[in-house]
Amino acid sequence: MAAEQKFTPRTWPESPEQATLEGKNKFLGFWFFLGGETVLFASLFATYLALKDSVPSDTHAKATDLFELPLVFLMTMLLLTSSLTSVFAMYHMKNYNFKKMQQWLFITVALGLAFLGCEIYEFNHYYHEYEHKFTSSAFGSAFYTLVGFHGGHVVFGLSWIIALMVRNAKRGLDLYNAPKFYLASLYWHFIDVVWVFIFTVVYLMGMVG
Amino acid sequence: MANLHPNSGDPKVTYEYRRKKHAEEMRMQVVTFTMMIFFTVIAFAAVGAGFSKWFIVPFVLLLAVVQVIFQLYYFMHMSHKGHEAPQLFMYSGMLVAFLTILTFVTIIWW
Repeated sequence: MAAEQKFTPRTWPESPEQATLEGKNKFLGFWFFLGGETVLFASLFATYLALKDSVPSDTHAKATDLFELPLVFLMTMLLLTSSLTSVFAMYHMKNYNFKKMQQWLFITVALGLAFLGCEIYEFNHYYHEYEHKFTSSAFGSAFYTLVGFHGGHVVFGLSWIIALMVRNAKRGLDLYNAPKFYLASLYWHFIDVVWVFIFTVVYLMGMVG
Repeated sequence: MANLHPNSGDPKVTYEYRRKKHAEEMRMQVVTFTMMIFFTVIAFAAVGAGFSKWFIVPFVLLLAVVQVIFQLYYFMHMSHKGHEAPQLFMYSGMLVAFLTILTFVTIIWW
């Protein structure tokens, strides 16, 4: 099937993301990348666990002083819900409903931005209220590297989805962009996978000392 | 009714069969999502309730692992056919991830 061919919901193939050779290659390459990302985040988690609460003096805030559950809970709900809305978007992609897919992607982006706003508030709060900085302790460096790197992934994921939405707004769905939307949604789910471990290992385990 | 088989090649039957399958899958996704929310609430509640550290840490880690399995197999469709290579990549990634974390937490044990 040619990438530029026009489709209707009836002629749209079952797995549009893998209907072309390019789509198949992207699918394989992207999962390989996600395997690598797993290792990358593992090294950051390992560093964080080894350096947690390593502060030069008692005047520095530790994990139990810093974290507040309500904000982390809100952030978790925002990201988890955005994961579901991107599943909805891919459901409409598979049914060849471009408009509904764009709508759900828009909601996904909105939720992602809300998450990002919470994270900016959180870092700002730690910096000004607790003097918890990237350079203030090994704990600070490890914390901001891990959580900040995840936040960086959120920024990249949002830019990616927005770019796809704008770039394809007039084109509609075809086999050229279906793999692109599909992979962006996989990336967005992976960001949520990492966040599940961040809220568990950093925040929940940080609260119990 | 032989020609109503999903692989009959009749575009109308295939189409309706697929729409139905997608809708069923969507319901599964919503159930998955509800369970993930439920696990998250339990994990936060366990910490908020102030149980012993020796109970909370393994408990919330277990909930996180279950949530991630849901996310990978349902939201990221790893339960579908044709995901052998993704499984190989993710499981090798997880193995290296496990070894890395094991190394770093044991090196500071004493």
